[in-house]
Amino acid sequence: MKYVDEFRDGERAAILEREIRALAPRLPRPPGRALQIMEVCGGHTHAIFRYGIEAMLPPELELVHGPGCPVCVLPMGRIDDCVAIAERPEVIFTTFGDAMRVPGSRKSLLQAKGDGADVRMVYSPLDALALARANPEREIVFFALGFETTTPSTALTVLQAEADGIANFSLFCNHITIVPTLRAILEGGDVNIDGFIGPGHVSMVIGTTPYDFIASAYRKPVVVAGFEPLDVLHSIYLLLRQLVEGRCEVENQYARVVPNAGNRTAMAAVERVFETREFFEWRGLGSIDGSGLRMRDAYAAFDAERKFAVPGLRVVDPAACQCGEVLTGAIKPWQCGIFGTACTPEAPLGALMVSSEGACAAYYRYGGVPAAAGARG
Amino acid sequence: MNGVAVHEASRRLGTIHVPSVTLAHGGGGKAMRDLIDDVFVRAFANDHLDVGSDQARFDLAALAQYGERLAFTTDSYVVDPIVFPGGDIGMLAVCGTVNDLAVGGATPLFLTCSVIIEEGLRVDTLRTIATSMAVAALRAGVCIVTGDTKVVERGACDKLFINTAGIGVIPAGIALDIGTVRPGDVLIVNGYLGDHGATILAARGDLAIDAPIESDCAPLGDLIAALLRAAPRTRFIRDATRGGVASVLNEIAVASGIAIEIDESETPLRAPVKGFCEILGLDPLYLANEGKIVAAVPPDQADAALDALRAHPLGYDACAIGRAWAGEAGRVTMRTTFGGTRIVDMLVGEQLPRIC
Repeated sequence: MKYVDEFRDGERAAILEREIRALAPRLPRPPGRALQIMEVCGGHTHAIFRYGIEAMLPPELELVHGPGCPVCVLPMGRIDDCVAIAERPEVIFTTFGDAMRVPGSRKSLLQAKGDGADVRMVYSPLDALALARANPEREIVFFALGFETTTPSTALTVLQAEADGIANFSLFCNHITIVPTLRAILEGGDVNIDGFIGPGHVSMVIGTTPYDFIASAYRKPVVVAGFEPLDVLHSIYLLLRQLVEGRCEVENQYARVVPNAGNRTAMAAVERVFETREFFEWRGLGSIDGSGLRMRDAYAAFDAERKFAVPGLRVVDPAACQCGEVLTGAIKPWQCGIFGTACTPEAPLGALMVSSEGACAAYYRYGGVPAAAGARG
Repeated sequence: MNGVAVHEASRRLGTIHVPSVTLAHGGGGKAMRDLIDDVFVRAFANDHLDVGSDQARFDLAALAQYGERLAFTTDSYVVDPIVFPGGDIGMLAVCGTVNDLAVGGATPLFLTCSVIIEEGLRVDTLRTIATSMAVAALRAGVCIVTGDTKVVERGACDKLFINTAGIGVIPAGIALDIGTVRPGDVLIVNGYLGDHGATILAARGDLAIDAPIESDCAPLGDLIAALLRAAPRTRFIRDATRGGVASVLNEIAVASGIAIEIDESETPLRAPVKGFCEILGLDPLYLANEGKIVAAVPPDQADAALDALRAHPLGYDACAIGRAWAGEAGRVTMRTTFGGTRIVDMLVGEQLPRIC
């Protein structure tokens, strides 16, 4: 298939694999540990597992699967709020498919649907708006989640609803931003990330300049990467080149999609509808300052949090979960005490087992490395 | 159909004069008789159906000429939408049950047809579906011999549910068994994968994706008979319906205590299905098929099996997608075109499109 097969070409992959292995002996050797590269985005994690990329890398190098899976980092309390809204008789609750199975403290949206709540899977916030038009007697709530990748489409949908005078549509806003979270990870205690594979589609919106501080203040290289397997492999190569040459720069491997300045129109729409929350709770990582968005007062009429009294209770992550340590690279998924036993994709306890982009689910499903396979045994 | 409505051949068939089905058509009276006559009996007409009794009856000696064991199966069909590119729920209800018989090596012979109709369904829609059941039965060489009709209130079912049960006869000497696949055996599919699943997802209309895809729904009895003639030591065959080829391979690997490795570059996918899956973040290996089998064949008969399949119109694009080997029992892996290897696991629930 055109524009897909070119980026999955085995021969080109073999060339990159050789180049990466050739760089390996010249890489800096941090004492007592492997060199760690974090891929921030869940989409990259997915590609790494789906195409078996870890097995192509030299043993000196370790990939850390970062916090960029918006479904995984949703805290239980927010899912409880979703369920509470969805269970109101007047509400049609709309959501992206992969949020359906995320466990709340009582139940998931899938279970709520089974129990009679009107929960519908949509593929775009505009589908939810169309439902609002078609069902004027019902309240349509869209479960808005995701990083900067999805925020502009939500913002534009709200602006469309405002322009069309649609009063029975609102958002349950859980949009989050990646930069404060990267900062929190870099400032965290025993974190040893040596370089970052930067988000691709987030950067399509915000550009590459927001990552400059990682290179300048923290002296870590960043390569913004596409999501095809060759993109990922190429980005790893570019990162290793920087490490070998002692450079710390923000490079753009995904220039075919990501303009360095981002998309100003999209950012303006986001700016108009949303503002930064003081803090937002992340599953596995805890509360992070300035990492979430809420609706501005001017759009209060479209804010489900204000329209419906949501419980808004904080639910602590299960004590046995070590998601936070996995997310920051302190341990590997299979080193978690409950990986594959109390926590499986069928009955996920921890956030990272929930979505196919979660590192634990990916290890469990694709068993990318022998160690993980052994742990599953 | 349904006891009261199995008909004497000579009786004049009733006619329905209203445009849509009402609860009166499920009441057991004349309205129901007219509906059954006009829609089903007219479409299905055959010697076994037109007997005035509560059940279809068969001569055992006549059955025995087909083989020595009876195969009996049932399946319910609730597909939404009920009409889709390449078929409809009626065609599916015949092909699905016929294929469940055929994959066991049976010659499919007789089907039942029970329908649960939501009030308000248009009679001409029902007629179209009954006609396509009749056409599919003719293609499959089976007779629909008895059935039942229920009408339920709006909301109690979704337009139309169909259950079909089927009887077939297994010829002597055929013993297909999921637990008999050995290292070295070749895994074969009879053509492009995922067409049905992608078609249904696209036809639901909420994706706004207009893809030139059609369901592969087809009766496979004839194809499977040809395969078994050419490769009589075939170990096992299963139709790759819900859960797709990935689920069948996992079931085989577990039951036979072997590992299976498939090769992505040998996995036949149509470009539109591939593109559809790319956009939605779905894995085509898990998409449903309604006209595809996975067959496990010993290596020395693999070429004969492929030749026989490719000589048949429903197996023209047959491929050997992988092999069983003596690895970790129950594990299915895929060599990616990229040069890596990944695990092809059982799916937990339904595949859900990814957010980004």
